[in-house]
Amino acid sequence: MDALNALVALTNFVIIPATAYGAQLALGALGVTLIYGILRFSNFAHGDTMAAGTTATILFTWALQAAGVSLGPLPTALLALPLGIAVAGLLLLGTDRVVYRFYRARKAAPVILVIVSMGVMFIYNGLVRFVIGVDDQNFADGTRFLISARDFRDMTGLEEGLALKSTQVITIVTAVVVVALLFWFLNRTRTGKSMRAFSDNEDLALLSGINPEKVVTVTWLIVAALATVAGTLYGLDKSFKPFTYFQLLLPIFASAIVGGLGSPLGAIAGGFLIAFAEVTVTYPLKKILGYLMPESLEPDGLVQLLSTDYKFAVSFVILIVVLLFRPTGLFRGQSV
Amino acid sequence: MSNLARILLLAAVVAVLIVGTGYVQGWNSALLILNMGLVSAIMALGVNLQWGFAGLFNVGVMGFVALGGLASVLVTMDPVPEAWAAGGAGVLAALALGAATIAAAIWLHRRLSGAARVWALLALLVVGFIAYRAVFYPARDAVEAINPAATGYLGGLGLPVLLAWPVGGLLAAGAAWIIGKTALGLRSDYLAIATLGIAEIIIAVLKNEDWLSRGVKNVSGLPRPLPYEIDLQQDPAFLERAAGWGVDPVTASTIYVKLGYGVLFAVVLVLLLVLAQLALNSPWGRMMRAIRDNETAAEAMGKDVTRRHLQIFILGSAVCGIAGAMMTTLDGQLTPASYQPLRFTFLVWVMVIVGGSGNNFGAVLGGMLIWWLWVQVEPIGLALMSGIAALMPEGSALAGHLLDSAAHMRLLTMGVILLLVLRFSPRGLVPER
Repeated sequence: MDALNALVALTNFVIIPATAYGAQLALGALGVTLIYGILRFSNFAHGDTMAAGTTATILFTWALQAAGVSLGPLPTALLALPLGIAVAGLLLLGTDRVVYRFYRARKAAPVILVIVSMGVMFIYNGLVRFVIGVDDQNFADGTRFLISARDFRDMTGLEEGLALKSTQVITIVTAVVVVALLFWFLNRTRTGKSMRAFSDNEDLALLSGINPEKVVTVTWLIVAALATVAGTLYGLDKSFKPFTYFQLLLPIFASAIVGGLGSPLGAIAGGFLIAFAEVTVTYPLKKILGYLMPESLEPDGLVQLLSTDYKFAVSFVILIVVLLFRPTGLFRGQSV
Repeated sequence: MSNLARILLLAAVVAVLIVGTGYVQGWNSALLILNMGLVSAIMALGVNLQWGFAGLFNVGVMGFVALGGLASVLVTMDPVPEAWAAGGAGVLAALALGAATIAAAIWLHRRLSGAARVWALLALLVVGFIAYRAVFYPARDAVEAINPAATGYLGGLGLPVLLAWPVGGLLAAGAAWIIGKTALGLRSDYLAIATLGIAEIIIAVLKNEDWLSRGVKNVSGLPRPLPYEIDLQQDPAFLERAAGWGVDPVTASTIYVKLGYGVLFAVVLVLLLVLAQLALNSPWGRMMRAIRDNETAAEAMGKDVTRRHLQIFILGSAVCGIAGAMMTTLDGQLTPASYQPLRFTFLVWVMVIVGGSGNNFGAVLGGMLIWWLWVQVEPIGLALMSGIAALMPEGSALAGHLLDSAAHMRLLTMGVILLLVLRFSPRGLVPER
């Protein structure tokens, strides 16, 4: 019984939240890694791109809610998501035309593009705050729990409850669908193949007649979709606050680099690795160990390895260790 | 236009802006802008050393600035004897234990190899971590339990204020050495992400380690190098002089103190600027630029690129630390929650890029110019928004929203300025040469 209780507690407090968070990070990291692979720079504006797409989604959600449209048990935000993606796509394509294209044409050094993306970050950040303000916004509706902790206890007779939030399930399902679509697109369609070719070897791709502008446009659109989905899922699961999204930049980059920049598979693996490490290290494990150990050995403290405020340190340490011992990341990404 | 003419012109523009602020908004605001502008100029000088001289992409400026701020607490505040008696020795022992663990881990890493290394390292780190926590936690709790509303930390050394500035530089340099040792071998954008992370971690430490910096309870009432306005207003000699200037005592005292800070900061800035100029034009500076422009060629000429990078990374970070200590002295308090990456890292980058990377004068003037803009964009934006809102129907929701959002014009403006400069004048207002 104790072992079961421990397992339930572990699932409830570590595995489920970390899986949902990992899915959100993976989607974010996929965007970073695609930009790195195709456009060849680290996009510092990615966190704010997520915030911008989510802002648009929230505004459409509110409009839909005001119009009385709802998906029943599902959050209305899912219905607003395509509109949010469209707005983010327009924003990114517009930015590319006005800002990035100039530097691409001149073949500017990647570090210049990174600085340019800092400017874009400022602008997106200002735009988001301008439109929706700096406060927390709650836009989740629909059923809150698929299984609530009390129901689970009544059902199984265990001491520990297991709560499954609907947003967590939606996050995981949506992430699986989006990733499946992305890999199908990259591996099976002509455009996707030309994107991969462009990422592997730009000169060869150009020689074989691939239109670089088309590849870039498609990349930005995919990035817009990934960023908006990631941002909306994160906002549904936790809450939307522009500054939090800016801070997500660090774990997202850590995920992408740990997995190997430019490698989509690596971005997913990196996202889950960072998320599981963060949640495990910052969660007080006393409860779980309490069930597993005999009473005399039960730990006194909370067995929380680090306070939650140090969660950045976790992604950071993993990042540094991977970079020191395997500089191209776990999945052998590119290195410019 | 020659570079000298550009420097003079830009300096004149900055002077006109600040003097103009004095006439329009009062001398207090003008001096406030000037003082923070001087501090920003020093930060820009530090980043320019790293980016302009050596091409190192450091986006952890905020962390070094915050370490400087911590230094001014640790140097100037009076020690808390009860807290030292309760847990001082324990905290120091725990820190020594932690450092010894890491040193031992590095030693093991060098001596062993293969699977033995992995297991030995893991065992050492786990044992070290548990031992560290066993020593540290009771000591920390004891320290934080001493009068938490007023102190709850170990306090500082109670030394003179001006000593805090170089110590701030030293603290930042120490952190930069550790970071540089691990991260400088990495590619430029990896270094960027690493420094971004370090800065967040430093802020998290300041926010959470109450025994060290009182965390989010802030440390206020830091000693200052200049007299308090209140004391000046009661000093008969000062009142007499104020009467001589024909200014009322309150205004005279505030302006006197701000001018005093301005002079102190200007002295530091000029000193650092002269040093940076000498460095830039020395053989060392030429070597740095050679490394920046072509690492492979410089390496082939026998230059130790990694060591030189480490050196300049430490120097630049130390300059940022000095600026951070000065800023905390000026504020009179350390508020860890006020350190925001957009303000303390990316804004400094805008200053350097706009001013002209690689040119010390450009970076300094860019720092002052951008700081003036950062402060003034808000009132200008508000005026603009009121103008637009006045055209809209009375009580319109959009007009209200526009007025509320005027404060966010800052970030937007900084982004636009950065992009415009990068596009049309990529070498900045004062190019390198």
